[in-house]
Amino acid sequence: MKNKVFPNFDEAVKDFQDNSVFMSPGFGNVGVPRNLLSAVNKQGAKGLTGISNNAGALGDSIDVGTLIQANQVKKMICAFTAPTHPSQVTPFVEMYNNDELDAELVPQGTMAERIRAAAAGIGGFYTPTSVGTELAEGKEHREINGRMHVLEFPLHADYALIRAYRADTFGNLQFRLAGRNFNPIMAMAAKTTIVEVEKEIVEVGELDPDQIHVSGVYVDRIVLIPEDGIFY
Amino acid sequence: MAEKEKLNRQTMCDRLAMEFQDGWIVNLGVGMPTLCSNYKDESRELIYHSENGVIGYGPIAEEGHEDKHLVNAGGQNVVGIPGMAIVHHADSFMLIRGGMIDVTVMGAYEVAQNGDFANWRIPTRKGGGIGGAMDLAACAKRVYIAMEHTTRDGKPRLLKQCALPVTAPGVVKLVSTDLGLFEIGTDGFILKEHAPGWSVEEIQELTEAKIIVDPNICEVRTRGNTDSNQGTGRHFVV
Repeated sequence: MKNKVFPNFDEAVKDFQDNSVFMSPGFGNVGVPRNLLSAVNKQGAKGLTGISNNAGALGDSIDVGTLIQANQVKKMICAFTAPTHPSQVTPFVEMYNNDELDAELVPQGTMAERIRAAAAGIGGFYTPTSVGTELAEGKEHREINGRMHVLEFPLHADYALIRAYRADTFGNLQFRLAGRNFNPIMAMAAKTTIVEVEKEIVEVGELDPDQIHVSGVYVDRIVLIPEDGIFY
Repeated sequence: MAEKEKLNRQTMCDRLAMEFQDGWIVNLGVGMPTLCSNYKDESRELIYHSENGVIGYGPIAEEGHEDKHLVNAGGQNVVGIPGMAIVHHADSFMLIRGGMIDVTVMGAYEVAQNGDFANWRIPTRKGGGIGGAMDLAACAKRVYIAMEHTTRDGKPRLLKQCALPVTAPGVVKLVSTDLGLFEIGTDGFILKEHAPGWSVEEIQELTEAKIIVDPNICEVRTRGNTDSNQGTGRHFVV
């Protein structure tokens, strides 16, 4: 099977296109592809649209916020566009408040399902989430089994930047605990899926087929995080 | 005049946690609602679910014993318990929208007498913070709210109608404030239990909506007095 291992992160994102759409997983600072985001930051692609649960955390850690601060992102699609606490004003929030970038606010479950729908080749789905709220305004409504739903469309991307725990050289992936979060659905929804691997990249055949969370058929490039890389 | 004592946050959350029944799948919002997990009752087993796909987590990890890969919805390192399962984010919300969550406890800015509540956006500020709140509010079997009875400048939060954009319409069943416990019935807020030393009239004064007084009204039951006040010691389940 094809060996998809790249020697380093810079090589793996070398052709990252301006104006492309990328997905970046992570939740509660776990499963964030920090090394790949750092490489995209250095590579310098501009005019990007990001799909991510949040638009970066406070603090010095590298995350989506790093690209936002560097003016590489023109739009974020995320579940938080205002701080959950008034003291949590991130660079994204400041820039968004100053109209320096655009954002689309999506309920987290709707976002996850829109990503899954893209991966699954589904043209859309009806969900009861957001019915009766501002976010449902202008959306197609439909009563199904006596309950009102709104129509939501898939979220596709050019790139998914993924953080896995273990991989084989073909790109079969395993995640560990809450590091899984958005990673599998994003890995399956993008045209080009690039993975950073925390623990090890093993030979094809070494992973138990029953314990693979994402098939390598979805994965294009994999890089093992070096000892001096970013682990948390 | 000294401010009259109100219930503390732990007591407010304890009171909601007393309602959780054996075997319930529970989702606690970030912030105050997480205090619900401090209430211990050995007679029942709860399964805590977190939006990031953790089903069956335990207490907050002790310092030095954190597993960096295991966090709850607030990003706190928690301990896994035997039987814990991990799913990805789409499956995690499949569980939420599919109606598997028996109760979700959230904070709020406002709750209205028809069960509407608002907790994601202040119109004077740009944007909002939804996270998983809209999915949980629309689809959990029960929505409980833990919040202070009034705003910082003393304005009521239990309203006839929400002034802020709602998170979900008509879903709130139970509200625990620092002044009492309110069930939302077809006719509005029913005051079931009041904070010690607070009269119905005093609570009504700080409430915009008209309060209906439960005929069996009593003091808010806490860890120490669950059995003494109510005779039977039984909790009601909404």
